[in-house]
Amino acid sequence: MNKIEINLTVNGNRQRANVEPRLLLSDFIRDGLGLKGTHVGCSHGVCGVCTVSMDGKTVRSCLTLAAQADGASIETIEHLGNATELHPIQQAFSEAQGLQCGFCTPGMIAITREFLQHNPTPTREEATEAVSGALCRCTGYEAIVDAILLAAELIANTPIRTEEAADE
Amino acid sequence: MSNHLETHYIPDSKQRERPRKDLKVIGKSIRRVEDTRLLTGSGRYIDDIELPGMCHAAILRSPYAHARIVSIDTSKARELPGVVAIVTGSDAAKHTGPVVTFASPPVEQRCIALDKVRHAGEAVAAVVAESRYIAEDAIDLIDVEYEELPVVATIEDALTSKGQAVVHPERGDSNIAHEHLYSFGDVDSDFEQADHVIKRKLRWNRSGPYPLEYKGAVAEFDKGTGKFTCYANSSMYNYVGWLCAASLGIAPSQLNIKPVVAGGSFGSKLFNHKSIILTCTLARAAGRPVKYVEDAMDAVLNSDAHGSDRLYDAEIAVNSDGKIRSLRFDVYDDYGAFIQYGYGTHGNALSQIIGPYKIKSVAMKLTAVLTNKCQQGAYRGFGSEVMNFLLERMVDAAADELGIDKIEIRRRNLIQPDEFPYVLPSGNIYDSGNYPAVLEKALSLIDIDGWRRKQAEARKEGKHIGIGVVTCQERSVFSSTEFWSLNKLDTPGFALTSSPESIRVKIDPMGKIYAELHAPFWGNSPETMVTQVLAEQFTVDPSDIIVGYADTDGGLPGTGPGGSRFTVMITGAAVSAAREIKGKLTAIAAHMLQVAEDSLEFRDAGVGVTGDAEKHVKLSDLAMMSHYFRLNFPDDAEQSIDGRNRPPQNFSSGLQAAATYDHPMTTMPDPERKHLGIFYPIMGNMAHVAVIEVDPDTGRIQFLDYAAVHDAGVVVNPKTLAGHIRGGTAQGIGTALYEEFQYDAAGQLLNASLADYRIPGVFEVPSSFKIGHVETPSPYTEYGIKGGGEGGRMASPAVIAQAVEDALSPFNVLVNELPIPPGKLHGLINGGTS
Repeated sequence: MNKIEINLTVNGNRQRANVEPRLLLSDFIRDGLGLKGTHVGCSHGVCGVCTVSMDGKTVRSCLTLAAQADGASIETIEHLGNATELHPIQQAFSEAQGLQCGFCTPGMIAITREFLQHNPTPTREEATEAVSGALCRCTGYEAIVDAILLAAELIANTPIRTEEAADE
Repeated sequence: MSNHLETHYIPDSKQRERPRKDLKVIGKSIRRVEDTRLLTGSGRYIDDIELPGMCHAAILRSPYAHARIVSIDTSKARELPGVVAIVTGSDAAKHTGPVVTFASPPVEQRCIALDKVRHAGEAVAAVVAESRYIAEDAIDLIDVEYEELPVVATIEDALTSKGQAVVHPERGDSNIAHEHLYSFGDVDSDFEQADHVIKRKLRWNRSGPYPLEYKGAVAEFDKGTGKFTCYANSSMYNYVGWLCAASLGIAPSQLNIKPVVAGGSFGSKLFNHKSIILTCTLARAAGRPVKYVEDAMDAVLNSDAHGSDRLYDAEIAVNSDGKIRSLRFDVYDDYGAFIQYGYGTHGNALSQIIGPYKIKSVAMKLTAVLTNKCQQGAYRGFGSEVMNFLLERMVDAAADELGIDKIEIRRRNLIQPDEFPYVLPSGNIYDSGNYPAVLEKALSLIDIDGWRRKQAEARKEGKHIGIGVVTCQERSVFSSTEFWSLNKLDTPGFALTSSPESIRVKIDPMGKIYAELHAPFWGNSPETMVTQVLAEQFTVDPSDIIVGYADTDGGLPGTGPGGSRFTVMITGAAVSAAREIKGKLTAIAAHMLQVAEDSLEFRDAGVGVTGDAEKHVKLSDLAMMSHYFRLNFPDDAEQSIDGRNRPPQNFSSGLQAAATYDHPMTTMPDPERKHLGIFYPIMGNMAHVAVIEVDPDTGRIQFLDYAAVHDAGVVVNPKTLAGHIRGGTAQGIGTALYEEFQYDAAGQLLNASLADYRIPGVFEVPSSFKIGHVETPSPYTEYGIKGGGEGGRMASPAVIAQAVEDALSPFNVLVNELPIPPGKLHGLINGGTS
């Protein structure tokens, strides 16, 4: 199969790769780059588990071809905080217990991040709407909505973080 | 105590740690230990495992529900570049035998179908290739010739089918796998003497756990040693690993199973034996490491994890005052094509068959049938959620017949707090409880009177608000006899009685505590639980505890999570290990402080003299001393400071203990099955109250309010328990309103994908749950803890059914069947009874 050259930025690092036209972005991220934090759930675009940020907008990486990401800037869960310093959204998900098994969490966090960038002071209804396109089988969602609202608060109360968030 | 059973029926309690008010860590909502790695994308789930030289497998799934495999031509597929190996059922059977079954006589199942397929989606062949893409390309190049057989797709068909339509002819010319009447107490006389007998036919359709991560394995075969290493997201890898080895034709110690984090299970990954056996078989055939992770279609069509699929013909006997005398029912259960856990989901139901009510006699006639569908597995509740639905529906029906309020009829029948331990007619006991307190707390949390006023006002405006109130049992701490106790007496099968849990605890030279679990993370918080218990035991900060997992090579006897058992069982093991290490630490501290051991206590991350704040040694100092300064201590007992006899190993270098904890309270079933023994006694209880609004024009249901009060004994972490209650309730909402695996007459599953099989999203569940706990300690478990992992799903279907009937009382709608998605409910509104 003919391969396509793609050039893109992933979590701030420049990448060049030759990929099959049919290669999914999720597989490129996970297997090509070894970034296993992006999970794949239903693999047909329903559950939202595989959601990543592409040029600042969330996309379902299981429905996106790697070739479509040519020239794009991709951000995955690995771009956020680490074990020593969690990003406020990660911190909020932990404090509100917006996760149990953690499998949907990278997608939920990507969705939350995009949402809060556009709406830093959401109402509960708006936060609920924001995750209505993604599935979680563990939490019953209430704690996820709590986490989004708490994340908004944490970001607002952390001036340095706010700038970073705006930067992103 | 009641009825036919002797007072010595209940063994003495083995509880060592009493429930106490002054616990410092148990009972606190500490932040989950598991969170950081899950939040940063470092969870290491099964699909994240990569081995050098690893290949990828895909399976060819049968398009037919029932067919003979005439021939398989793999020649074209083999020519595809990148294909490493192709394995058919007969190839696999050369070295790999049937997979685990607890049915007796056995129901033979293979990891790849041999000669015949028994349900749509069953594996017919597997391709191992350099990538999953190539493996799936190659699947399309395999030609299989099938000879179709008659399909059995309903319970009704299964009861009468013969000949070619029999799914497992080797078990006889019938699709009835098992048929037996289990009767406890004087059922006939209770029915004769009752003032009223109310009958209902109820249908519980097939749904499934459907976690967002599916099952899988990564296996490697070492030709030099003949040993397999296999990563898998199995919950019970340490319990059933040896059975996987048996299927592979090797010794248990030649299969090392390494656990990984599971992205949700809800029962679906309980054994996960088929992925392990399949992937090891492929690795042996390919001579390369192989990864097989189910895709969504594999996970649903070939999963072995569908839930109960039952038809009930039930009657309840009540007196005019609302007192329930007896319950009897025929239950037909569509098991699908195989039976992996015996009739365990019905044994499970018998553990709490009378619910929280004083019912003196019960009878269940079970008819288990085989059909051409995916087989049942375990799903949160393991059959007891269906039993709760049946019993609550029958109590509701009795209330309607007698004109008694639904809450009032429950109050009149609840077992009272002074009646524990309560012996069921079927033999199990309820250890403890305060059922009235749970019910009243739920009613007050939700302001039931206020909602009734609003409901009446809404009625005037033509709005249909419904209120449901149920009181249900939540059995916890699985024990193994339920897997076989319902089997025929002459063929009980593998009648195992152990379901232990183990831990290894080690204190490192710096005084940090390492705890090794012998069961995996399956989606909730085993690490947090053990951390809280060990922090309590050693008076340390939770951050001083590190948790890891043993593989089966290093595995001590363990069962794994399931049946809401893990917190209770790992606490028991952790208490045993901690006590052993604390004995040694006390001896070391006594020597260092030159005081008698009985003057010492554990406090402030160390050991100190009671009443003397100054005399204290930190755990880190004790640990360093124990690890590296052996010569500071005497060689034998005589030299210890208080002159007591102490074995010399008290001072041997290092601090570690391994402990195995068996189930704290089980007994054998009666040899004639007059009762089933004590097998699920650690009994939780709950009251759920749902307030819903039904739009009669569309059949859509919205939640206006929801309260769930649970009594899971002493709560270790209220926040994580609340998470299980909400999550379980949400799954129950799916079961009640949306989820059903729909098979057509040809045995084709019409809605396998998440696009068609709708699990609840954020708008389908209550926006806010009112959660409450009542804590009645168990007298049998350490600290009085009970399990609470499944409760939500064990009450919400029952409460929703009642609330829907209440909302639609002007339409005389009876809810006799779940699920009731909007379309079906709309039909009921227009047509009456389901």
